[in-house]
Amino acid sequence: MNDMTPTREQREAKLEGMGCKRKRVEDIRFTQGKGNYVDDLKLPGMLHGDFVRSPHAHARVKSINSEEALKVPGVLAVITAETLKTVNLAWMPTLAGDVQMVLADGKVLFQNQEVAFVVATDRYAADDGINKVVVEYEPLPVVIDPFKAMDPDAPVLREDPAGKTSGAHGPRKHHNHVFEWTIGDKDLTDAAFKKADVTIKEMLSYHRTHPSPLETCQCVCSFDKIRGELSIWGTFQAPHVIRTVVALIAKIPEHKIHVISPDIGGGFGNKVGAYPGYICAAVASIVTGKPVKWVEDRIENLTATSFARDYHMTTEIAATKEGKVTGLRVHVLADHGAFDACADPSKWPAGFFNIVTGSYDFPTAHVAVDGIYTNKAPGGVAYRCSFRVTEAAYCIERGMDILAQKLGMDPAELRLKNFIKPEQFPYHSALGWEYDSGDYHTAMKKMMESVDYAGLRKEQAAQREAFKRGETREIMGLGVSFFTEIVGAGPSKNCDILGIAMFDSCEIRMHPTGAGIARVGSKSQGQGHETTWAQIIATEIGIPADDIMVEEGNTDTAPYGLGTYGSRSTPVAGAAIAMAARKIKAKAQMIAAYKLEVHEGDLEWDIDGFRVKGLPEKTMSMKDICWAAYNSVPPGMEPGLEAVSYYDPPNMTYPFGAYICVMNIDVDTGVYRIRRFYALDDCGTRINPMIIEGQVHGGLTEAFAIAMGQEIRYDDEGNVVTGSFMDFFMPTAVETPHWETDFTVTPSPHHPIGAKGVGESPNVGGVPAFSNAVNDAFSFLGSTHIQMPHDYWRNWRAAKELGVFAA
Amino acid sequence: MIPGPFSYHRPASVADAVKLLSTLGDEARPLAGGHSLVPMMKLRLATPEHLVDLHGIAGLKGIRRDGHKIVIGAMTTQHELLASDEIRQSLPILHETALLIADPQVRYRGTIGGNVANGDPGNDMPALMLVLGAFYRLEGPGGGRDIAASDFYQGAYFTALEPGEILTSISIPAGAAGHGYAYEKLKRKVGDYATAAAAVVLTMAGGKVATCAIGLTNLHETPLLATDAAKAVIGTSLDDATLGKAAAAAVAIMAPAADARGPVEYRKHVGGIMVTRALTRAAARAS
Ligand SMILES: Cc1cc2nc3c(=O)[nH]c(=O)nc-3n(C[C@H](O)[C@H](O)[C@H](O)COP(=O)(O)OP(=O)(O)OC[C@H]3O[C@@H](n4cnc5c(N)ncnc54)[C@H](O)[C@@H]3O)c2cc1C
Repeated sequence: MNDMTPTREQREAKLEGMGCKRKRVEDIRFTQGKGNYVDDLKLPGMLHGDFVRSPHAHARVKSINSEEALKVPGVLAVITAETLKTVNLAWMPTLAGDVQMVLADGKVLFQNQEVAFVVATDRYAADDGINKVVVEYEPLPVVIDPFKAMDPDAPVLREDPAGKTSGAHGPRKHHNHVFEWTIGDKDLTDAAFKKADVTIKEMLSYHRTHPSPLETCQCVCSFDKIRGELSIWGTFQAPHVIRTVVALIAKIPEHKIHVISPDIGGGFGNKVGAYPGYICAAVASIVTGKPVKWVEDRIENLTATSFARDYHMTTEIAATKEGKVTGLRVHVLADHGAFDACADPSKWPAGFFNIVTGSYDFPTAHVAVDGIYTNKAPGGVAYRCSFRVTEAAYCIERGMDILAQKLGMDPAELRLKNFIKPEQFPYHSALGWEYDSGDYHTAMKKMMESVDYAGLRKEQAAQREAFKRGETREIMGLGVSFFTEIVGAGPSKNCDILGIAMFDSCEIRMHPTGAGIARVGSKSQGQGHETTWAQIIATEIGIPADDIMVEEGNTDTAPYGLGTYGSRSTPVAGAAIAMAARKIKAKAQMIAAYKLEVHEGDLEWDIDGFRVKGLPEKTMSMKDICWAAYNSVPPGMEPGLEAVSYYDPPNMTYPFGAYICVMNIDVDTGVYRIRRFYALDDCGTRINPMIIEGQVHGGLTEAFAIAMGQEIRYDDEGNVVTGSFMDFFMPTAVETPHWETDFTVTPSPHHPIGAKGVGESPNVGGVPAFSNAVNDAFSFLGSTHIQMPHDYWRNWRAAKELGVFAA
Repeated sequence: MIPGPFSYHRPASVADAVKLLSTLGDEARPLAGGHSLVPMMKLRLATPEHLVDLHGIAGLKGIRRDGHKIVIGAMTTQHELLASDEIRQSLPILHETALLIADPQVRYRGTIGGNVANGDPGNDMPALMLVLGAFYRLEGPGGGRDIAASDFYQGAYFTALEPGEILTSISIPAGAAGHGYAYEKLKRKVGDYATAAAAVVLTMAGGKVATCAIGLTNLHETPLLATDAAKAVIGTSLDDATLGKAAAAAVAIMAPAADARGPVEYRKHVGGIMVTRALTRAAARAS
C-alpha cells in the first residue's frame, strides 16, 4: 500500500454519512438570499389577487357591490361566491370531512373571512380595488367563548348542516357541535376513580395560537387553456395531496395538474391544508387566462389561515396514596372555529390525542372530545407537533405536576414511579397505541444529574424562605416535563388522508460517474432534507453525500408522497430512502460479483464498496459499480442503477425526552427570567447531530413563545386583538433563552435505520416545561393551576390573586 | 398591508418643504425615517396623498453644541444619537433611551424629529424631552418659532404643529455636572413599545435629592411630567417610604389604555414600579 491510500477513517469521513455533523447544503443559497420562494416567481403577464375580508365575526352578507372597484385602473375582475357557484367551487371540502366557504356565501363566520377576490394587474391596484368593493353586512350575535357554544340558546353559526344530526365523525348533539370522539374503557376508568385514594381534576386550557411561519401562505396559479393544464406553485407542505385535492374538486385530470413547492420559508403545519386563496387564484387564472399570484400578508396569515390548539381539557387523574397512577379521564372541548379544517389523518378527528397517557403506565383511561363551532378562524393544525400531540403532552404533564402537588411528592419522583419500564416495550397503552421502544428512567436520571436537580430544589426552598422574609421579590420555579410523542404517520392500517394511505416514497437514480439524484415524497420547509437524505444514502450505498442531489416538491418528478408534517419525514420518507438505497445496493452487489468474477455471497460490504471475503485487496467501489451499471451488467440484467421504494411503516415511532426549565419570576412586574433550560431528546438513531440540535433550538423557541405569551386572542365581539407581530409574541434572539441540549439513543426497532423523528419533540416537551416552571414557582403561595400563556401581566395577576400584594 | 396611492416630493430646503406642505394642504405629510408613518400607511390608517420627504434637506441633520445647549437636527437618526460622543457625555439619558427603541434596523432610519413630532404616546423620546426641558424649533409659512416640549403634546397624535409647519431642530440644555439619570422601560420584547416607562433626571446634594424631574411614557394619551412625584422626593434620601409616595403620586396621573400589554390596572402598577426603579438607579449614578 502506498501512502496515498486513504485509511478506513478517511473513507468513512469522505462519505459524510449518518452521524456526521454535515453542514446544511441548502444554507449556501438561503444565507445569500438566493433561495427560490413562491413570491420570487414572476411569470409574463402575471396578475395579482387579494381579498376583501369581513370586519365582522358573524354577519349576514346583504349585498356585494363591485361596480366602483371595477373602475379602479388595473382591476380586471372581482370574484364572489356567486362567481364561484358557476363552477361549483363556492365551498370546498376540508381535510377533516367538513366543508368550508371559499368566499362568503350568504354570511360570514369569522373576522377577516374571505368575502371577495379582486384580481388586478398589480398588487397595489388589487388593494385599491378592495377598498372600493362595498359590502353590506347585517351583524349577528357572536359565539367566542367555547364554553358557551353549546348553550341551548346559542346562536346558530353554521346554517349549511342545520338540522343534520350527524356529521363526518358521527352524531351531533347541538347546532354548534361538530363531533364527539371517544376512546378508552369508560366503565373501567370510572371504577378506577371510585377506588382511588387520591384524585385530581383541573380544566387545563391550551390557548389558541398560530404556527406563523415567516413566509406566509402563497401561490401562483397558471392555467394553460390550450393544453388544459393547471400549474400551481405554492407553499405546500404536502404538494401531492394538494394535487389530488385539486383534481377531485376542480375536475381537472390529475396528470394535467402540476403542483410545485419551491423553497419554503417555514411551515409548522400552516401549509398543509388548502385555503380559499389557492382556489380563488386558480379560478382567476382559468377565468382570465393569465397566471395569478396570491400572497398573504402577516395580518391575514395570523387571522385567517390555520390556527393551532384551542383545546380545553378537563383532566382527571386517579392514584394510590403512594403515588401510583390508576386511571386517567379527560374531556376536551375543542374549539374548531367556523369550519372544521383540521389537517389530521381522516379517521382521527382529534388527531392522536390518545397519546395522552404519555410516558406512564396507566392501567385504564378514557377520553372524550367534543368539537364545536365558534366565530373564529378555521384550522386546528398541528403546529410543530404530530396531530394534537402537543395538547396531549401538555395535558398529562401538567396533570402529573398537579397530582404531585396534591400528594406532596416531588414531580420528578412521581414520574419515575409511574414510567413504563424498559422491559415493558413494545408497550400497549390503555388508549390503543403500541409504543415501539423507550428507556425513560435512564433519560430522566441523566437529566436530573446533569442539572443537579436535588441542588436546584434546595435552592428553591431557600429562595422561598427568603421571599417569605421579604428579602426578595423573586420566586423560583422548576418545570419538569417528560414527554412521549407519537410521530411518523403512518401505517396504512390506521392512517389515511382522503383515502390515501400515509406512506412515503423515494426514487434514487445513480448516474454513470457515481453521482446521483434522490427524489423524495416529503417536502422540506427548513428541516434540511437536502442534507440529511443524502447522508442516509451515503451510509447505505457508500457514495459521498456531496454527490447526491436531493429533490422534493415537484409532483411531476417526485414519487407520490404525503408530505412533511407531524415529524413524519424521517420515520416514513427516511425509511423509504434507506429501502430504495438498499435496492440499489442489492443490484450493485450483483454487478460487482459479475465484474470480480466471484459469487455474490462471496462479497461483503466495506464502507464505500464491496470486497471479496478473505481477499481484502479484491474490491470494487460503488463509484466503479455505477459506471459498470451502464456498460457491463451481467447477462440478462437490465442496465442502469435506479430504484423506487414506497414505504408503509409497520408502526409509528415514539420519540421521548426529559426537559427541565429553571425560571425566576419578579412578582411585582410579572417579568420572568429563564435561567436555564435543559433538553434531553431521544429520537433513536441520529442522522445529523447538528441538524437535530438546530431543530431542538427552533422547537424550544416556539415552545417558549407559546407558553409565555404567543396567542391568538379575540375580544367579546370577535375581533382579533393579536393580529400582528407587535402583539403576537414572536421572540427575537434577545428574548430567546440559552438552550442546553443532550441526548440518549434508543433506536426504533422497526425502522430501517432506527430513527424516530425529532423536529417537533421540543415543542411538544417544551411547552409543559415552561408552564410547569411558572406553576411550580407559584405553587407555594397556594395555587394549583395557572392557565397559559404566562405573559408578564398574567403572572402579575396570578401574584395579585394569590395575595402577594396584600398589605 | 399595501398603502394607497400617493405622490412623492423631495424638496432641497426647509423653505421649499414648508411651501410644498402649505400649498398641498391637509393631505400632505412630511416623511422622515418613515418608521411610524409608513406602517400606518400600509394599514391605510394614514392615507396621505402627498409625502414630502425631508431627506434632501442638508441642514436638518447633525448634533452640535451651542453654549450650554445641545442642538440636534430633526433628521438625525436614532443610530446617529447612539454614535455621538457629545450625546453620551452631555445627555447620557438620551443614549440610554435610544438604545431601548425598537431594534438597530429601525434606529438606522428612525429620526429624533419624527419620533418627537409623531405624537404617539408610545414613543420614548417625548417624555425624555419633557424631563430635559427641551425646546422644538418649528418653521412654517408664517416664519419660525420655538416651543417648549411641555407645551407641544395635546393628545394622541395631536400636537402644536400647525398646518405647513415642520420641526427642524431640538435644543436641550446640557445635563448638569454630576446629575443622575435613568430610563426604565418595561416592554414585552425587542421592538415593542413600552408597557410603561419612566425617565428620571436628578441631582443630589449631601445625600439628598436637590432637583428632580420625572417623565412617563405610554401611560396617558400624551407623555407626562410627574411633577408631584418629583416634588415628593426633593430633600429626601429616597427611602422606601418616599419612593412609595412618589410612585403613588405618579400613578395618580396615569391613564393608560388597556391593550395586549395588559389591563389598565397592570400598566399603572408597573408604571409606579418603573418610577421607583428609575429614581433608585438615577440616584445611584449621581455624584
Ligand atoms: C417595529 C418598530 C418598533 C418601534 N419601537 C419604538 C419604540 O420602542 N420606541 C419609540 O420611541 N419608537 C419606536 N418606533 C418608532 C420609531 O422610533 C420611529 O422611527 C419614530 O417614531 C418616527 O420617526 P421617523 O423618522 O421614522 O418618522 P416618520 O415615520 O417618517 O414620521 C412620523 C410622523 O411625524 C411626522 N414628521 C416626521 N418628521 C417631522 C418633522 N421634522 N416635522 C414635522 N413632522 C414630522 C410625519 O409626518 C409623521 O406623521 C418603532 C418603530 C417600529 C417600526
